Amino acid sequence: MELQQDILANIKRRQMWDFVFAFCGLMSLLFALITLLTLIVDLSVTGVARINYEFFTSFPSRFADRAGILSAWVGSFCIMLTTAFCAIPLGVAAGVYLEEYSKKNWVSQIIELNIINLAGIPSITYGLMALGLFVYKLKLGQSILTAGLTLGLLVLPIIIVTTREAIRAIPNTIREASYAMGASKWQTIRYHILPYSSGGILTGVIISLSRAIGETAPLITIGALTFIAFLPTPPIEGHFPFVNFKWLMDPFTVMPIQMFNWLSRPQPEFHVNAAATGVVLLLMTLIMNGGAIYLRSRFRKKMKW
Amino acid sequence: MRRLRERAIETVLFLAAASSVLVTIGIVGILVTESLPFFKTVSLVDFLTDTQWTPLFENPRYGILPLLCGTFLSTIIALLVAIPMGTVAAAFLSEYVRPSYREILKPILELLAAVPTVVYGYFALLFVTPLLQKVIPSLGGFNVLSAGLVIGVMIVPYVSSLSEDAMRSVPGHLREASFAVGASRMQTAFRVVIPAAFSGITSAYILGISRALGETMVVAIAAGMQPNLTLNPTEPAATITAFIVQVSLGDLPHGSIGYQSIYVAGLSLLVLTLCFNIVGLYLRKKFQEKE
Repeated sequence: MELQQDILANIKRRQMWDFVFAFCGLMSLLFALITLLTLIVDLSVTGVARINYEFFTSFPSRFADRAGILSAWVGSFCIMLTTAFCAIPLGVAAGVYLEEYSKKNWVSQIIELNIINLAGIPSITYGLMALGLFVYKLKLGQSILTAGLTLGLLVLPIIIVTTREAIRAIPNTIREASYAMGASKWQTIRYHILPYSSGGILTGVIISLSRAIGETAPLITIGALTFIAFLPTPPIEGHFPFVNFKWLMDPFTVMPIQMFNWLSRPQPEFHVNAAATGVVLLLMTLIMNGGAIYLRSRFRKKMKW
Repeated sequence: MRRLRERAIETVLFLAAASSVLVTIGIVGILVTESLPFFKTVSLVDFLTDTQWTPLFENPRYGILPLLCGTFLSTIIALLVAIPMGTVAAAFLSEYVRPSYREILKPILELLAAVPTVVYGYFALLFVTPLLQKVIPSLGGFNVLSAGLVIGVMIVPYVSSLSEDAMRSVPGHLREASFAVGASRMQTAFRVVIPAAFSGITSAYILGISRALGETMVVAIAAGMQPNLTLNPTEPAATITAFIVQVSLGDLPHGSIGYQSIYVAGLSLLVLTLCFNIVGLYLRKKFQEKE
């Protein structure tokens, strides 16, 4: 009788601890989510009122209420373009090689270890490398091109890893069917593997670009200017050959740097501008990440091999 | 002809994959070559033992200790937040939550890692610090405490996501065996699942550590950028990364000692994170062999 009561008490106690632990788990999840929410609300309360048409079409200024982010968002856009242009082909090609061609030998081992390692290197060291290599050794200057290349190298591991995951999800039967029809390896990749994995690759591209748009430290390191009151050279001109790439060599600023610059001033009016820039930045990254998550779940559901 | 084309394509793809190795060589090479001249003016002993870091003053002193101190202080505060929260959240997600809810909760948690770091800097400086000042009135406007706390929240998803993966890959029959002998869910989580996933969880911690070590904008904005040999988290301090940002913002002539000093700082940071990464890699390997 007493033994039974002991056991019952024991079970009660354990159930209570179980409940306490579940509560802790829920709380730490909620704490993280509430922090995110607080951050968004705090930023919006301060910043949203400042966001209007003028804010997007004005250059930075000494007067907080006249300052805008025109040069910053144009700069961000140009750099994203450059980053995408150099990182996507390289990353996808590397992912395809590692997943479809590489044999298990020391060369591929080194490449794989290296990619894992690259993902763990702090972003600011990429900036130092870019300052030494692109700015001083290759004399590319503190330009949009340098910035685009730097961020491109920074997000390369993300693109490689997601490309590999997307390709790995394709069952071997598809490859075998293609070979059976007499296709070569490259034809199989070009007409089957790449199209089928494009959803996963796109997810990686979006995530890497959203990472690039928020990245600040490496761009400060390469010597981005914080006060720019002009736009890069327009890429389209009236005479032959109608496009020029001079804008690649122009100095730049980007939204995170503009925000940092306003944030490091003591006047609260500039902090409002910083908050407004933060809202724009946050909105862009959250939309991009939300899109990536949506894409991933959609493709996972749709693909039933 | 066709075989030639195939070979050519394979070679091009291989070069793309190999280029990632070039990036590493580039980073290490540039950091080493640009910081070597520094040690012609400053001895290694001074660098490692001097207690002041004032490379841009008139009487420059080059002791890395204050920067290391700031870096470790902010990292430790961040880990005190991220490791308990991340682990508990991971155990909760993997052992308690229904899979359909998990698929929603995990991506939302991962959004924390997507927020630009400069936005977190804003949050630390203009929200967390004023909030903390209500509790600790003596807290200055710039301090390591709020920077560390915010970095901690920021790296929770890195810790929880990988830990959760590790916990979920623990075979179900181990759990069933534990339930069968009458263990509760919490006992199963702590006595069976977490020990079985231990090396995976540790490598998640390592990733968290290297993120916290390399985090730049939060400390540059909220911690004050003052090299300070102190272990008091309510004081301002500078980390390695914050110092690099501070110097890069000024006009920096190529080849000057100021220029070399940011490379020396960067090299120290790289060596630190590489050590942690190698440990993490070793643990991950061990973890994979077990499966």
